[in-house]
Amino acid sequence: MLRHAARIAWKDLRIELRSREIVYTMAFFGGLIVVVYSFAFPVKPDLVRAAAPGMLWVAIAFAGTIGLGRAFDRERENDTMRALLLAPVPRLSVFLGKALAITALVMAVAAVCTPLLALFLEAPLFAAPLPLVLALALGCLGFAIVGSVFAAMLLKVRSRDVLLPIILYPILIPLFVAGVYATEALIAAPGPALDKAWYWIGFLGIYDASALVLSLWIYESLVIE
Amino acid sequence: MNKAIPVLAVLAAAGLAATSYAVFTYAPFEPVLLFNQKIFYFHVAHAFMLFVAVGVCGLCSLVYLKKRSPRWDDVALAGAEVAVLFGAAVLISGSIWAEAAWDKWWVWEKRLTMSLLLWLVLVGYVLVRRFAGASAERLAAGLAVFGTLGVPFVYTMVDKGDHHPQAGRDGNVMTLTGPMKIVFWACVLTFLLWFLTLVLMRVQSARAEREIRELREQGLDAGLFT
Repeated sequence: MLRHAARIAWKDLRIELRSREIVYTMAFFGGLIVVVYSFAFPVKPDLVRAAAPGMLWVAIAFAGTIGLGRAFDRERENDTMRALLLAPVPRLSVFLGKALAITALVMAVAAVCTPLLALFLEAPLFAAPLPLVLALALGCLGFAIVGSVFAAMLLKVRSRDVLLPIILYPILIPLFVAGVYATEALIAAPGPALDKAWYWIGFLGIYDASALVLSLWIYESLVIE
Repeated sequence: MNKAIPVLAVLAAAGLAATSYAVFTYAPFEPVLLFNQKIFYFHVAHAFMLFVAVGVCGLCSLVYLKKRSPRWDDVALAGAEVAVLFGAAVLISGSIWAEAAWDKWWVWEKRLTMSLLLWLVLVGYVLVRRFAGASAERLAAGLAVFGTLGVPFVYTMVDKGDHHPQAGRDGNVMTLTGPMKIVFWACVLTFLLWFLTLVLMRVQSARAEREIRELREQGLDAGLFT
Protein backbone atom coordinates (compact mmCIF):
# COMPACT_ATOMS: atom_id res chain seq x y z
CA MET A 1 0.00 0.00 0.00
CA LEU A 2 2.76 2.40 0.89
CA ARG A 3 4.59 1.62 -2.32
CA HIS A 4 1.51 2.54 -4.34
CA ALA A 5 1.07 5.67 -2.26
CA ALA A 6 4.64 6.71 -2.94
CA ARG A 7 4.12 6.08 -6.64
CA ILE A 8 1.00 8.27 -6.72
CA ALA A 9 2.73 11.01 -4.77
CA TRP A 10 5.68 10.83 -7.16
CA LYS A 11 3.32 11.06 -10.13
CA ASP A 12 1.78 14.24 -8.74
CA LEU A 13 5.12 15.74 -7.93
CA ARG A 14 6.51 14.89 -11.34
CA ILE A 15 3.62 16.63 -13.07
CA GLU A 16 4.27 19.56 -10.81
CA LEU A 17 8.00 19.54 -11.48
CA ARG A 18 7.35 19.68 -15.19
CA SER A 19 4.89 22.56 -15.18
CA ARG A 20 5.82 24.15 -11.81
CA GLU A 21 2.47 25.90 -11.99
CA ILE A 22 1.27 25.35 -8.44
CA VAL A 23 4.59 25.78 -6.71
CA TYR A 24 5.38 29.06 -8.44
CA THR A 25 1.95 30.58 -8.02
CA MET A 26 1.55 29.41 -4.42
CA ALA A 27 5.00 30.54 -3.40
CA PHE A 28 4.51 33.91 -5.08
CA PHE A 29 1.14 34.29 -3.39
CA GLY A 30 2.68 33.41 -0.02
CA GLY A 31 5.43 35.95 -0.62
CA LEU A 32 2.85 38.58 -1.54
CA ILE A 33 0.99 37.97 1.70
CA VAL A 34 4.19 38.56 3.63
CA VAL A 35 4.85 41.78 1.71
CA VAL A 36 1.30 42.96 2.44
CA TYR A 37 1.88 42.21 6.13
CA SER A 38 5.03 44.25 6.20
CA PHE A 39 3.13 47.22 4.81
CA ALA A 40 0.13 46.66 7.04
CA PHE A 41 1.96 46.39 10.36
CA PRO A 42 4.70 48.62 11.73
CA VAL A 43 8.02 46.82 12.01
CA LYS A 44 8.77 47.07 15.72
CA PRO A 45 10.67 44.27 17.45
CA ASP A 46 8.15 43.55 20.24
CA LEU A 47 5.21 43.80 17.86
CA VAL A 48 6.88 41.51 15.35
CA ARG A 49 7.62 38.98 18.05
CA ALA A 50 3.95 38.88 18.94
CA ALA A 51 2.56 38.94 15.41
CA ALA A 52 5.04 37.01 13.27
CA PRO A 53 3.90 33.48 14.28
CA GLY A 54 0.33 34.33 13.35
CA MET A 55 1.45 35.90 10.06
CA LEU A 56 3.46 32.81 9.15
CA TRP A 57 0.64 30.36 9.79
CA VAL A 58 -2.04 32.49 8.17
CA ALA A 59 0.13 32.78 5.07
CA ILE A 60 0.53 29.00 5.02
CA ALA A 61 -3.20 28.49 5.49
CA PHE A 62 -4.17 30.85 2.67
CA ALA A 63 -1.55 29.75 0.17
CA GLY A 64 -2.11 26.11 1.12
CA THR A 65 -5.85 26.35 0.48
CA ILE A 66 -5.23 27.79 -2.97
CA GLY A 67 -2.68 25.13 -3.82
CA LEU A 68 -4.93 22.39 -2.53
CA GLY A 69 -7.82 23.49 -4.70
CA ARG A 70 -5.58 23.78 -7.71
CA ALA A 71 -3.93 20.40 -7.18
CA PHE A 72 -7.30 18.68 -7.21
CA ASP A 73 -8.60 20.79 -10.09
CA ARG A 74 -5.88 19.22 -12.15
CA GLU A 75 -7.44 15.80 -11.55
CA ARG A 76 -10.86 17.15 -12.36
CA GLU A 77 -9.99 18.80 -15.67
CA ASN A 78 -9.19 15.54 -17.40
CA ASP A 79 -11.48 13.51 -15.16
CA THR A 80 -8.47 11.55 -14.03
CA MET A 81 -9.69 11.27 -10.45
CA ARG A 82 -12.07 8.57 -11.58
CA ALA A 83 -9.22 6.73 -13.26
CA LEU A 84 -7.19 7.07 -10.12
CA LEU A 85 -9.99 5.68 -7.99
CA LEU A 86 -10.55 2.84 -10.44
CA ALA A 87 -6.88 1.93 -10.47
CA PRO A 88 -6.16 -1.52 -9.00
CA VAL A 89 -4.62 -0.09 -5.85
CA PRO A 90 -6.27 0.41 -2.48
CA ARG A 91 -8.15 3.71 -2.19
CA LEU A 92 -6.13 4.48 0.88
CA SER A 93 -2.96 4.57 -1.22
CA VAL A 94 -4.60 7.17 -3.43
CA PHE A 95 -5.38 9.20 -0.34
CA LEU A 96 -1.92 8.80 1.16
CA GLY A 97 -0.21 9.60 -2.12
CA LYS A 98 -2.23 12.76 -2.57
CA ALA A 99 -1.62 13.82 1.00
CA LEU A 100 2.12 13.31 0.62
CA ALA A 101 2.29 15.33 -2.59
CA ILE A 102 0.28 18.17 -1.04
CA THR A 103 2.50 18.13 2.05
CA ALA A 104 5.49 18.72 -0.21
CA LEU A 105 3.72 21.62 -1.96
CA VAL A 106 2.66 23.32 1.27
CA MET A 107 6.12 22.90 2.72
CA ALA A 108 7.52 24.65 -0.32
CA VAL A 109 5.32 27.63 0.55
CA ALA A 110 6.48 27.53 4.16
CA ALA A 111 10.06 27.44 2.90
CA VAL A 112 9.43 30.67 1.01
CA CYS A 113 7.37 32.51 3.62
CA THR A 114 9.57 31.84 6.64
CA PRO A 115 12.79 33.42 5.35
CA LEU A 116 10.81 36.29 3.83
CA LEU A 117 9.17 37.03 7.17
CA ALA A 118 12.56 36.91 8.83
CA LEU A 119 13.95 39.25 6.17
CA PHE A 120 11.19 41.86 5.84
CA LEU A 121 9.96 41.95 9.41
CA GLU A 122 13.22 41.10 11.12
CA ALA A 123 11.44 38.30 12.94
CA PRO A 124 13.93 36.11 14.84
CA LEU A 125 12.45 32.97 13.31
CA PHE A 126 15.73 31.12 13.08
CA ALA A 127 16.59 31.26 16.75
CA ALA A 128 15.92 27.52 17.00
CA PRO A 129 15.76 26.18 13.45
CA LEU A 130 15.26 22.48 14.07
CA PRO A 131 12.09 22.66 16.20
CA LEU A 132 10.69 25.29 13.85
CA VAL A 133 11.19 23.07 10.82
CA LEU A 134 9.59 20.18 12.69
CA ALA A 135 6.59 22.28 13.72
CA LEU A 136 6.14 23.53 10.16
CA ALA A 137 6.47 20.03 8.73
CA LEU A 138 3.89 18.62 11.13
CA GLY A 139 1.58 21.55 10.45
CA CYS A 140 1.84 21.09 6.69
CA LEU A 141 1.29 17.35 7.04
CA GLY A 142 -1.88 17.82 9.12
CA PHE A 143 -3.16 20.43 6.69
CA ALA A 144 -2.51 18.09 3.78
CA ILE A 145 -4.18 15.10 5.46
CA VAL A 146 -7.42 16.87 6.32
CA GLY A 147 -7.26 18.94 3.13
CA SER A 148 -6.90 15.93 0.82
CA VAL A 149 -9.97 14.28 2.30
CA PHE A 150 -12.19 17.27 1.72
CA ALA A 151 -10.69 18.53 -1.53
CA ALA A 152 -11.27 15.08 -3.04
CA MET A 153 -14.90 15.17 -1.94
CA LEU A 154 -15.42 18.68 -3.24
CA LEU A 155 -14.24 17.83 -6.78
CA LYS A 156 -17.74 17.64 -8.18
CA VAL A 157 -19.23 20.50 -6.20
CA ARG A 158 -19.82 23.77 -7.99
CA SER A 159 -18.95 26.19 -5.18
CA ARG A 160 -15.88 24.24 -4.06
CA ASP A 161 -13.61 27.30 -3.95
CA VAL A 162 -15.64 28.83 -1.15
CA LEU A 163 -16.61 25.63 0.57
CA LEU A 164 -13.05 24.33 0.94
CA PRO A 165 -11.93 27.01 3.42
CA ILE A 166 -15.35 27.04 5.08
CA ILE A 167 -14.94 23.35 5.85
CA LEU A 168 -11.20 23.28 6.50
CA TYR A 169 -10.64 26.24 8.79
CA PRO A 170 -13.03 25.34 11.59
CA ILE A 171 -11.60 21.82 11.61
CA LEU A 172 -8.00 22.97 11.47
CA ILE A 173 -8.20 25.65 14.15
CA PRO A 174 -6.46 23.42 16.75
CA LEU A 175 -3.66 22.73 14.28
CA PHE A 176 -3.05 26.35 13.40
CA VAL A 177 -3.31 27.58 16.95
CA ALA A 178 -0.89 24.91 18.17
CA GLY A 179 1.49 25.89 15.35
CA VAL A 180 1.26 29.53 16.33
CA TYR A 181 1.93 28.71 20.00
CA ALA A 182 4.93 26.58 19.06
CA THR A 183 6.39 29.30 16.84
CA GLU A 184 5.70 31.91 19.47
CA ALA A 185 7.57 29.88 22.08
CA LEU A 186 10.51 29.55 19.69
CA ILE A 187 10.90 33.28 19.11
CA ALA A 188 10.12 34.30 22.71
CA ALA A 189 11.93 37.39 23.97
CA PRO A 190 14.98 36.30 26.00
CA GLY A 191 15.54 33.05 24.11
CA PRO A 192 13.56 30.12 22.73
CA ALA A 193 11.26 28.53 25.33
CA LEU A 194 12.01 25.01 24.22
CA ASP A 195 9.86 23.16 26.79
CA LYS A 196 6.75 24.94 25.64
CA ALA A 197 7.65 24.60 21.98
CA TRP A 198 8.12 20.84 22.31
CA TYR A 199 4.78 20.53 24.09
CA TRP A 200 3.00 22.15 21.13
CA ILE A 201 5.04 20.18 18.61
CA GLY A 202 3.90 17.03 20.40
CA PHE A 203 0.35 18.34 20.27
CA LEU A 204 0.71 18.79 16.51
CA GLY A 205 2.06 15.26 16.20
CA ILE A 206 -0.87 13.76 18.10
CA TYR A 207 -3.31 15.86 16.10
CA ASP A 208 -1.78 14.63 12.83
CA ALA A 209 -1.84 11.03 14.00
CA SER A 210 -5.51 11.17 15.01
CA ALA A 211 -6.49 12.97 11.81
CA LEU A 212 -4.62 10.33 9.81
CA VAL A 213 -6.31 7.44 11.61
CA LEU A 214 -9.75 9.00 11.21
CA SER A 215 -9.11 9.78 7.52
CA LEU A 216 -7.95 6.26 6.80
CA TRP A 217 -10.99 4.93 8.58
CA ILE A 218 -13.62 6.98 6.79
CA TYR A 219 -11.96 7.88 3.48
CA GLU A 220 -13.58 5.03 1.62
CA SER A 221 -17.05 5.98 2.78
CA LEU A 222 -16.43 9.65 2.04
CA VAL A 223 -14.98 9.59 -1.45
CA ILE A 224 -17.22 7.60 -3.74
CA GLU A 225 -17.84 8.23 -7.38
CA MET B 1 -42.40 9.49 17.77
CA ASN B 2 -45.20 11.67 16.41
CA LYS B 3 -47.11 11.37 19.65
CA ALA B 4 -44.12 12.12 21.82
CA ILE B 5 -43.56 15.58 20.34
CA PRO B 6 -46.66 17.37 21.76
CA VAL B 7 -46.12 15.73 25.15
CA LEU B 8 -42.49 16.83 25.23
CA ALA B 9 -43.46 20.33 24.07
CA VAL B 10 -46.06 20.70 26.81
CA LEU B 11 -43.66 19.39 29.44
CA ALA B 12 -40.95 21.78 28.23
CA ALA B 13 -43.36 24.74 28.34
CA ALA B 14 -44.51 23.83 31.84
CA GLY B 15 -40.91 23.37 32.89
CA LEU B 16 -39.96 26.76 31.46
CA ALA B 17 -42.75 28.46 33.38
CA ALA B 18 -41.90 26.65 36.60
CA THR B 19 -38.15 27.16 36.39
CA SER B 20 -38.46 30.84 35.42
CA TYR B 21 -40.51 31.31 38.56
CA ALA B 22 -38.16 29.25 40.72
CA VAL B 23 -35.04 31.00 39.41
CA PHE B 24 -36.28 34.34 40.69
CA THR B 25 -38.03 33.25 43.87
CA TYR B 26 -36.76 29.92 45.18
CA ALA B 27 -33.07 30.10 44.23
CA PRO B 28 -31.06 32.33 46.58
CA PHE B 29 -28.82 35.21 45.49
CA GLU B 30 -25.27 34.26 44.69
CA PRO B 31 -23.10 36.07 47.30
CA VAL B 32 -20.73 37.74 44.80
CA LEU B 33 -22.62 38.19 41.57
CA LEU B 34 -26.06 38.73 43.12
CA PHE B 35 -28.77 39.24 40.51
CA ASN B 36 -26.38 38.80 37.58
CA GLN B 37 -26.05 35.16 38.35
CA LYS B 38 -29.67 34.42 37.41
CA ILE B 39 -28.74 34.14 33.73
CA PHE B 40 -26.50 31.23 34.70
CA TYR B 41 -29.47 28.85 34.90
CA PHE B 42 -30.35 29.64 31.31
CA HIS B 43 -26.83 29.97 29.93
CA VAL B 44 -25.24 26.81 31.33
CA ALA B 45 -28.27 24.66 30.57
CA HIS B 46 -28.03 25.77 26.95
CA ALA B 47 -24.31 25.08 26.90
CA PHE B 48 -24.96 21.52 28.08
CA MET B 49 -27.44 21.05 25.26
CA LEU B 50 -24.94 22.45 22.78
CA PHE B 51 -22.47 19.74 23.75
CA VAL B 52 -25.15 17.05 23.66
CA ALA B 53 -26.18 18.23 20.19
CA VAL B 54 -22.60 18.22 18.92
CA GLY B 55 -22.15 14.69 20.23
CA VAL B 56 -25.37 13.55 18.58
CA CYS B 57 -24.38 15.16 15.30
CA GLY B 58 -20.86 13.75 15.25
CA LEU B 59 -21.87 10.25 16.27
CA CYS B 60 -24.80 10.02 13.86
CA SER B 61 -22.61 11.35 11.04
CA LEU B 62 -20.05 8.65 11.71
CA VAL B 63 -22.68 5.92 11.75
CA TYR B 64 -24.18 7.38 8.58
CA LEU B 65 -20.82 7.26 6.81
CA LYS B 66 -20.24 3.69 7.91
CA LYS B 67 -23.74 2.33 7.34
CA ARG B 68 -24.96 4.60 4.52
CA SER B 69 -28.44 4.67 5.98
CA PRO B 70 -30.04 8.09 5.48
CA ARG B 71 -32.00 7.74 8.71
CA TRP B 72 -28.86 8.52 10.66
CA ASP B 73 -28.19 11.47 8.45
CA ASP B 74 -31.61 12.94 9.31
CA VAL B 75 -30.74 12.80 13.00
CA ALA B 76 -27.30 14.34 12.39
CA LEU B 77 -28.86 17.20 10.44
CA ALA B 78 -31.44 17.81 13.15
CA GLY B 79 -28.74 17.74 15.81
CA ALA B 80 -26.58 20.23 13.91
CA GLU B 81 -29.36 22.71 13.24
CA VAL B 82 -30.63 22.64 16.79
CA ALA B 83 -27.03 22.96 18.00
CA VAL B 84 -26.59 26.14 15.93
CA LEU B 85 -29.67 27.54 17.64
CA PHE B 86 -28.60 26.56 21.15
CA GLY B 87 -25.04 27.69 20.44
CA ALA B 88 -26.29 31.13 19.45
CA ALA B 89 -28.24 31.25 22.74
CA VAL B 90 -25.11 30.21 24.65
CA LEU B 91 -22.91 32.83 23.00
CA ILE B 92 -25.41 35.66 23.34
CA SER B 93 -26.36 34.91 26.94
CA GLY B 94 -22.68 34.33 27.72
CA SER B 95 -21.82 37.74 26.29
CA ILE B 96 -24.53 39.44 28.32
CA TRP B 97 -23.36 37.71 31.46
CA ALA B 98 -19.73 38.55 30.71
CA GLU B 99 -20.63 42.22 30.39
CA ALA B 100 -22.48 42.11 33.71
CA ALA B 101 -19.93 40.06 35.63
CA TRP B 102 -16.56 40.98 34.06
CA ASP B 103 -17.41 44.32 32.39
CA LYS B 104 -16.43 42.97 29.00
CA TRP B 105 -18.65 41.71 26.24
CA TRP B 106 -16.21 39.06 25.20
CA VAL B 107 -13.25 37.46 26.92
CA TRP B 108 -11.22 34.54 25.64
CA GLU B 109 -12.20 32.43 28.59
CA LYS B 110 -11.79 28.75 27.90
CA ARG B 111 -15.41 27.71 27.96
CA LEU B 112 -16.41 30.65 25.79
CA THR B 113 -13.64 29.88 23.30
CA MET B 114 -14.63 26.25 23.19
CA SER B 115 -18.30 27.04 22.60
CA LEU B 116 -17.42 29.51 19.86
CA LEU B 117 -15.21 27.03 18.01
CA LEU B 118 -17.80 24.26 18.22
CA TRP B 119 -20.44 26.65 17.04
CA LEU B 120 -18.30 27.61 14.01
CA VAL B 121 -17.99 23.96 12.99
CA LEU B 122 -21.75 23.59 13.20
CA VAL B 123 -22.46 26.72 11.21
CA GLY B 124 -20.05 25.32 8.62
CA TYR B 125 -22.06 22.10 8.67
CA VAL B 126 -25.33 23.88 8.01
CA LEU B 127 -23.80 26.01 5.24
CA VAL B 128 -22.37 22.93 3.55
CA ARG B 129 -25.71 21.16 3.79
CA ARG B 130 -27.39 24.06 2.07
CA PHE B 131 -24.90 24.92 -0.65
CA ALA B 132 -22.86 21.86 -1.53
CA GLY B 133 -25.35 20.30 -3.92
CA ALA B 134 -25.50 16.59 -4.57
CA SER B 135 -22.81 15.33 -2.19
CA ALA B 136 -23.76 17.68 0.64
CA GLU B 137 -24.72 14.89 3.02
CA ARG B 138 -21.37 13.15 2.85
CA LEU B 139 -19.36 16.35 2.98
CA ALA B 140 -21.27 17.62 5.96
CA ALA B 141 -20.95 14.26 7.70
CA GLY B 142 -17.18 14.36 7.16
CA LEU B 143 -17.08 17.88 8.57
CA ALA B 144 -19.06 16.81 11.63
CA VAL B 145 -16.83 13.80 12.25
CA PHE B 146 -13.61 15.79 11.97
CA GLY B 147 -15.10 18.61 14.00
CA THR B 148 -15.98 16.20 16.79
CA LEU B 149 -12.47 14.77 16.63
CA GLY B 150 -11.20 18.28 17.26
CA VAL B 151 -13.11 18.70 20.52
CA PRO B 152 -10.47 17.18 22.84
CA PHE B 153 -7.75 19.09 21.01
CA VAL B 154 -9.59 22.36 21.31
CA TYR B 155 -10.12 21.59 24.97
CA THR B 156 -6.42 21.00 25.73
CA MET B 157 -5.52 23.94 23.54
CA VAL B 158 -7.66 26.46 25.36
CA ASP B 159 -6.75 24.85 28.68
CA LYS B 160 -2.98 25.03 28.20
CA GLY B 161 -2.56 28.09 26.02
CA ASP B 162 -1.75 31.00 28.30
CA HIS B 163 -2.66 33.44 25.57
CA HIS B 164 -6.09 34.12 26.92
CA PRO B 165 -6.98 35.80 30.16
CA GLN B 166 -8.47 33.31 32.56
CA ALA B 167 -11.30 35.35 33.93
CA GLY B 168 -14.16 34.52 36.23
CA ARG B 169 -14.57 32.21 39.12
CA ASP B 170 -13.43 28.67 38.67
CA GLY B 171 -17.01 27.51 38.67
CA ASN B 172 -17.91 23.88 38.63
CA VAL B 173 -21.60 23.13 38.50
CA MET B 174 -21.09 19.87 40.38
CA THR B 175 -20.26 21.85 43.50
CA LEU B 176 -23.64 23.60 43.67
CA THR B 177 -25.69 22.92 46.77
CA GLY B 178 -29.18 23.43 48.15
CA PRO B 179 -31.88 25.26 46.22
CA MET B 180 -29.42 26.43 43.56
CA LYS B 181 -28.61 22.84 42.72
CA ILE B 182 -32.29 21.87 42.48
CA VAL B 183 -33.18 24.85 40.29
CA PHE B 184 -30.15 24.36 38.09
CA TRP B 185 -30.83 20.72 37.34
CA ALA B 186 -34.52 21.50 36.83
CA CYS B 187 -33.44 24.03 34.20
CA VAL B 188 -31.20 21.47 32.54
CA LEU B 189 -34.09 19.02 32.43
CA THR B 190 -36.41 21.67 31.00
CA PHE B 191 -34.06 22.57 28.23
CA LEU B 192 -33.34 18.92 27.58
CA LEU B 193 -37.07 18.41 26.97
CA TRP B 194 -37.15 21.47 24.74
CA PHE B 195 -34.07 20.21 22.92
CA LEU B 196 -35.66 16.80 22.35
CA THR B 197 -38.84 18.44 21.07
CA LEU B 198 -36.92 20.47 18.51
CA VAL B 199 -34.69 17.61 17.41
CA LEU B 200 -37.57 15.18 17.00
CA MET B 201 -39.56 17.73 15.00
CA ARG B 202 -36.60 18.41 12.76
CA VAL B 203 -35.91 14.70 12.29
CA GLN B 204 -39.50 14.23 11.28
CA SER B 205 -39.43 17.05 8.75
CA ALA B 206 -36.06 15.94 7.38
CA ARG B 207 -37.42 12.45 6.93
CA ALA B 208 -40.53 13.78 5.21
CA GLU B 209 -38.38 15.91 2.88
CA ARG B 210 -36.28 12.92 2.00
CA GLU B 211 -39.30 10.72 1.35
CA ILE B 212 -40.85 13.32 -0.93
CA ARG B 213 -37.57 13.60 -2.82
CA GLU B 214 -37.35 9.85 -3.22
CA LEU B 215 -40.96 9.60 -4.36
CA ARG B 216 -40.37 12.34 -6.87
CA GLU B 217 -37.34 10.51 -8.23
CA GLN B 218 -39.36 7.33 -8.48
CA GLY B 219 -42.01 9.27 -10.32
CA LEU B 220 -39.46 10.73 -12.70
CA ASP B 221 -38.05 7.27 -13.35
CA ALA B 222 -41.52 5.96 -14.04
CA GLY B 223 -42.10 8.82 -16.47
CA LEU B 224 -44.94 10.39 -14.51
CA PHE B 225 -43.79 14.01 -14.81
CA THR B 226 -43.02 14.44 -18.46
